Amino acid sequence: MRRILAILLENEAGSLSRIVGLFSQRAFNIVSLTVAPTEDASLSRITIATEGDDKILEQIVKQVNKLIDVLKITDLTERQHVERELLLIKVLAMNDKSRTEVKRITDIFRGAIIDIGKQVYTIQLTGDADKLNAFINTLANETEIIESVRSGCVGIARGEKALRAK
Amino acid sequence: MSTELHTGAELVVKALSALKVKYLFGYPGGTVLDIYDALFKQQDVEHILVRHEQAATHMADGYARATGEVGVVLATSGPGATNCITGIATAYMDSIPMVVLSGQVPTGLIGDDAFQETDIVGCSRPIVKHSFNCRDISEIPNIIAKAFYIASTGRPGPVVIELPKDLLMPGQSAEFLLDAEIKMRSYNPTVKGHHRQIKKAVQAITQAKRLVIYSGGGIIIANAAELLQALVEKLNAPITNTLMGLGGISGLHDNFIGMLGMHGSLEANKAMAHADVILALGARFDDRVTNNVKKFCPNATIVHVDIDPTSISKTINAHIPVVGLVDIVIKQLLAELEETNYLINQENNQDWWQQINQWRNEKSISYENEVEGGKIKPQRVIQAMYQATNGEAYVCSDVGQHQMFAAQYYPFAKPRQWINSGGLGTMGFGLPAAMGVKMAFPDSHVICITGDGSIQMNIQELSTCMQYNLPVVIISLNNRSLGMVRQWQDMVYGGRHSSSYMESLPDFVKLAESYGHIGIQINSLDELDEKLAQAFAIKNQLVFVDVLVDEKEHVYPMQIRTGAIDEMWIKKGVKA
Ligand SMILES: Cc1ncc(C[n+]2csc(CCOP(=O)(O)OP(=O)(O)O)c2C)c(N)n1
Ligand SMILES: [Mg+2]
Repeated sequence: MRRILAILLENEAGSLSRIVGLFSQRAFNIVSLTVAPTEDASLSRITIATEGDDKILEQIVKQVNKLIDVLKITDLTERQHVERELLLIKVLAMNDKSRTEVKRITDIFRGAIIDIGKQVYTIQLTGDADKLNAFINTLANETEIIESVRSGCVGIARGEKALRAK
Repeated sequence: MSTELHTGAELVVKALSALKVKYLFGYPGGTVLDIYDALFKQQDVEHILVRHEQAATHMADGYARATGEVGVVLATSGPGATNCITGIATAYMDSIPMVVLSGQVPTGLIGDDAFQETDIVGCSRPIVKHSFNCRDISEIPNIIAKAFYIASTGRPGPVVIELPKDLLMPGQSAEFLLDAEIKMRSYNPTVKGHHRQIKKAVQAITQAKRLVIYSGGGIIIANAAELLQALVEKLNAPITNTLMGLGGISGLHDNFIGMLGMHGSLEANKAMAHADVILALGARFDDRVTNNVKKFCPNATIVHVDIDPTSISKTINAHIPVVGLVDIVIKQLLAELEETNYLINQENNQDWWQQINQWRNEKSISYENEVEGGKIKPQRVIQAMYQATNGEAYVCSDVGQHQMFAAQYYPFAKPRQWINSGGLGTMGFGLPAAMGVKMAFPDSHVICITGDGSIQMNIQELSTCMQYNLPVVIISLNNRSLGMVRQWQDMVYGGRHSSSYMESLPDFVKLAESYGHIGIQINSLDELDEKLAQAFAIKNQLVFVDVLVDEKEHVYPMQIRTGAIDEMWIKKGVKA
């Protein structure tokens, strides 16, 4: 089962490598990982999308928590949450037909064309993983995908629940 | 007010002395020469020069295991630091408090593949509790203090500190400032068990008909042996120890049913298999205990007390998990038993003991006595060693058959008496560990029980023993082979002895003598007791006792692979 873990940790040299190392050392799976400092620059927040059954997930959460520089870890997928991922994708748009078609698909998915070249469009789209996958598949049926990059997902709990240092 | 400024090297030494470090085990080299210079100019911290950095880590480890204090190591960057890896991993697996100070190339050269540069923090990352890259001289004292705090609290473990040379040299300086209290917002080890879990645990324990207490190294680390004994007696429960937990209850206590696991006693493994409640205290259901986890004690309710939440339900699912320091949790359990006016159900208890005593009567920890003029049995040597030391020695073991024989045939009366690499199984651990113990307890008998294979993995330390006058007694059960490997080859690989012979052994007596020690060889049973007594009578010189033992002997009992915990070979060809 796919899970999204949010981790709050000290923003120090080596703290990211401890997390990544832990996952590979214990044969846990990383589907995607994003990291950046928070509004409090002494803290970083990592979002990891992972896969595993309840037993594996329990170990992951415990093992991450055990790392000295981790303050908190939570499984966002346990409760209602919002998740988003950013996609930048460059596709072939050679003639009028493919240009209109790409534009139309982008509009339907509420994406934005953010750059154009002689023969290419670059599109930006945010959403959850399912939406991004659907968008990529639809585009692939219509034109050639030249390059794409995904940010990996970030997430946050709905409502009052929050992941904070105190 | 004038402030006194110090070099980074001086700050390191001042911090160690402020933390009351007596011994620093290490080996010099380019990046740490400033620390060596600072050490030279003071008296508080004594540096012990080993002959190989691996031995420095094991020495610090042995010192830590015997005293409960943090063992401290100093090594130079590059090869010095990488030589520490095995010792760090050994300490990590057995939860031993250790701080390793490693040199590093100057900050400006890091990343350039400079001479003797290795990323020791990266190399050691999977085998440390934590590590620090020092990048600012003023941080040195507090980083060292934090390292000690982390190494010694919660579930202890090794901490590595990397110190670049430019931070240590004259040129930069800083005040010696130590925070009065160590505070880390991200590290607060749980200490007390949750009261609801304590109540649940006591309920399960008091309703049990066939309770077994299974305790491990956590009892030793937490100094909880007396409390454990009180609990065992309060419940009149049978107790078994892991290899790491031996001495947690006296090996002579009536309720002790022996070690469990791969080479455990029949009664210990049977009792576990038949238990309806297992109370695990500071143990972690290691695969050398459980055998096949799928067949592990299916009918038992498992109460698991451990300071480390990751140990709980990792291999075996715990029905009642209790996270906390094991000494504190035992106190809580005792208080709850008191409060609920617990009385032993005599009938159930007697039935259970009757069953256990039947298993005990099979005397699974036994061996066939020597035939007249035959070879000495290794087990017999351990028994003789026990007699000769009145059961009071520190026994530091290497890894192999000799280790298992020592665990089986030397009942340890006290915690910290038995010192061995249980988790990693590091050959070469025994001698340096014994040296570390001898540093801490110069007036006690300290034995290194070893084999002809293991002893050669750190034999160079005989030289260190000479330099610092460390009269440990080395007892080598010399079977002219890598016995434990050969045993597996006999049992599992059709008797094909692939690379398990030691075909060119040195003359160990002469070898010991060449280092200025005493060497004794024993090759017949008649002289065993007498010569061992002689060896232990020599107080001020190291004695190397080379005992030629029966090379055909196997360690029994032995669990049958992929079987349940109590499926074992009792002796050759005989199943339990
Ligand atoms: C560093 C290391 N290498 C290899 C092993 C695998 N191993 C375990 S026991 C053993 C044989 C030990 O031989 P010896 O010290 O003579 O002890 P014996 O079993 O003969 O009593 C070996 C090679 C190990 N535990 N540690
Ligand atoms: Mg041998």
